[in-house]
Amino acid sequence: MTTMTSMAATRYRRGELHEFQAAGQAFVYLVSAGAIFALDDGACAVLRQLGEREMSHGELVAALVEHGHARSDAEELIAELRYVRGIVSDAVTPVSAQPTSPPADFPLQALVLNITNQCNLACTYCYEFGADKIATPEGKPKYMTLETATASVDFLLAQSAGRQAVHITFFGGETLMNFKLLRSVVEYAREQAAAQGRGIGFSLTTNATLLTDEIIAFLADNEIGVTVSMDGPPDLQDLRRVDKRGRGTYRIIEPKLRKLIARHKSRAITARVTLTDGVTDVVRIYRHLKDDLGFDEVGFAPVTSNGDQAYAIADPDMDSVLDQFNQLADEWLAYALRGRRHGFSNVSETIGELIQGVNKSHPCGAGLGLLGVSPSGDLSPCHRFTDADTHTLGHVSSGVDAAKREDFLARGHVSAKYECATCWARPLCAGGCHHEAFVRYGDTGHANLHYCDWIRQWTDTCLRIYGAVAAQNPQFLEHFAERKALS
Amino acid sequence: MKHLRPINRKAERIDQAASMIEEDVVALQQQQPPPPPKPHVPMGCALSFSPGWEVDAGGGTAGLCQPVERDIYDCYVTCFWPVQVPDHVNYSPDWASNCAIATKDWRKLDLVFP
Repeated sequence: MTTMTSMAATRYRRGELHEFQAAGQAFVYLVSAGAIFALDDGACAVLRQLGEREMSHGELVAALVEHGHARSDAEELIAELRYVRGIVSDAVTPVSAQPTSPPADFPLQALVLNITNQCNLACTYCYEFGADKIATPEGKPKYMTLETATASVDFLLAQSAGRQAVHITFFGGETLMNFKLLRSVVEYAREQAAAQGRGIGFSLTTNATLLTDEIIAFLADNEIGVTVSMDGPPDLQDLRRVDKRGRGTYRIIEPKLRKLIARHKSRAITARVTLTDGVTDVVRIYRHLKDDLGFDEVGFAPVTSNGDQAYAIADPDMDSVLDQFNQLADEWLAYALRGRRHGFSNVSETIGELIQGVNKSHPCGAGLGLLGVSPSGDLSPCHRFTDADTHTLGHVSSGVDAAKREDFLARGHVSAKYECATCWARPLCAGGCHHEAFVRYGDTGHANLHYCDWIRQWTDTCLRIYGAVAAQNPQFLEHFAERKALS
Repeated sequence: MKHLRPINRKAERIDQAASMIEEDVVALQQQQPPPPPKPHVPMGCALSFSPGWEVDAGGGTAGLCQPVERDIYDCYVTCFWPVQVPDHVNYSPDWASNCAIATKDWRKLDLVFP
C-alpha cells in the first residue's frame, strides 16, 4: 500500500524527445537513445497532457481514464513511456544520458592519405590554401614518398586489430598530382591485407582536371570510389573553382567527367559541392550534376569560413538553401515510396544514421576510427588538419600520440559542449565538424553554434522522411542499414 | 510494447529489453513459451505413510512434485507434512494466504517463528 501511495505522488514530465508527424502518423525521436517510435493515440495523449504541465501519477491516470482508456491500460501506457524515457519523473534518478567515450584503444577503420599537399587549382575558398587555412606546410615534403605511404599502410593494418576490412582514402592537394604513388599504394595495400586475410577498400577525392583514360581505367578496374569536388554548371563551377590564372575549370573537367562516369561502374561516383556566396542554387546544381552529367550521388555542404570571408553564405541565403534541400528531400521521399534510389546524399547519409539510431559521442570518426596522414607522415585527426602543426597527433612511424589524441577527443565529446546538452538533435550532430569549429571559434571542442537552427530544421526534415518511409515502404530502409560505417 | 511501435534498430533493442523485463525471471528459466495453466494437482505426492518424497509412487523420481517449490506448499495445503511446514491447523492458519499460485508466489511464503 505504501508503494501505491508513493507511486500516486510521483510527478511526471516529458522526457527529452522530439515529436514529429509523417504520413498522418505521430512519431517520437528519443534523444537519450536515438530511438524512433511510432505512437498510438494514447501515447500522444500522455505527451500532450504533460506538454501543458507536470502531472502526478494519479492525475495522469485520471486524465487518461477520462480520455476513454481503461485504468489498467492507462497504467500500462505510463509504464511503457517511462521505460523508454519518453516521460520522466523526479523520483527516479536517470543514469547519465550522455554517450560514454569510446575506449582509448579504439581500432582504426580508415586512413586518409594526403599524398600531396600541392594543387593545380586555386579555388578561392579552399580550407587548405585559402584565407582560413590552418595548414603550415612550409619546409615539409610536398609529395608523399613510397616509404611513408607503405609505413602508413602498415600502421593502418597494425592499428585496426579485429576489423575484417579497412579503408584508405586518397586526398590532397590534388590527389592525382601523385597518381604514380596512388597506384603503388593500392598494389602494396592489397598484398598486405590479403596476406592477413582481410579486406581493404579505396576511394579518392579529386578535382577531375587530371583524369586520363589510363587513370579512369585503373580506378574502374580496381573498384576505387571517386568523389569529385565540383560546384555545378559552368557559371557556378567557374565562379570560384579556378586555376592559378583565375580561369574557370568547367570546360576542362566536363569531357573527363563524362568519360569517368561512362567507364567507371564498379563504385558509386559522387559529386561533392561546396556552397558559397552566389553558389546556392541547390536544385539547379543537383539537376545538372545528377541528370546532365550522370553522377550517382550529389552531396552539398556550406563552405567553412571564419564568418567574415566574402565567399561565406549570408543567413537569408542559408534559408533558401534549406528550402531547396527540403524540395530535394521531398523528391527523395517520392522516389523511396516507389522503391527507387534518389541521388541526394545529404538525405541518404542521415537516413543511414537514423535506421541504426546512432547516438554519437563525437561528431565524426576523426581521431577515433579515422586519422589523416600528411605527405611527411604526420598524423592528424582528419584530412582537414593535414600539415597543421597545431593538431599533429603523432607520426606513422612512431604511432599515435596518446596524450594529444586524448585532449582532442575530450574537447570534442558532446558532453563537453554546454550548448548541446539541451538540444534534441545532438545524437546526430554532436556539435558539428571539429575543423569548422576551430576555424570559426579557435577551438575544435566548440559547438558550431552558427548552424544549430539550421541543423535542427534539417534533422526534422530527415526524421519526417524516415517516418513516412517506415510507415509506407519500410523494406526500402534496409538499403541504408549498412551505409554508415565509421566515416 | 503495446502503445509504442519501434521503427529503427535502436528502438527495436529497447523494445526487446522491455519485453524481457515484462516476463518474470526465475532461476534456471528456459526461454520457452509458457505452458498453458494446469490444474493445481500435486503430482506424485507421497501418502503420509509412504517413506517420503525421495521416490514417487512408481519408485522413481520423475513424478515428484514439480517445481520443487511446490513440495513445501502442497504438503501444507493438501497433505500436511508435519516437519517442513508450519502448522496451519493450530498456529499458522494464514501462512499461505499471500501465496495464491505456488509457482508464481512462492517468494511470499515466509518463515514462522514459534
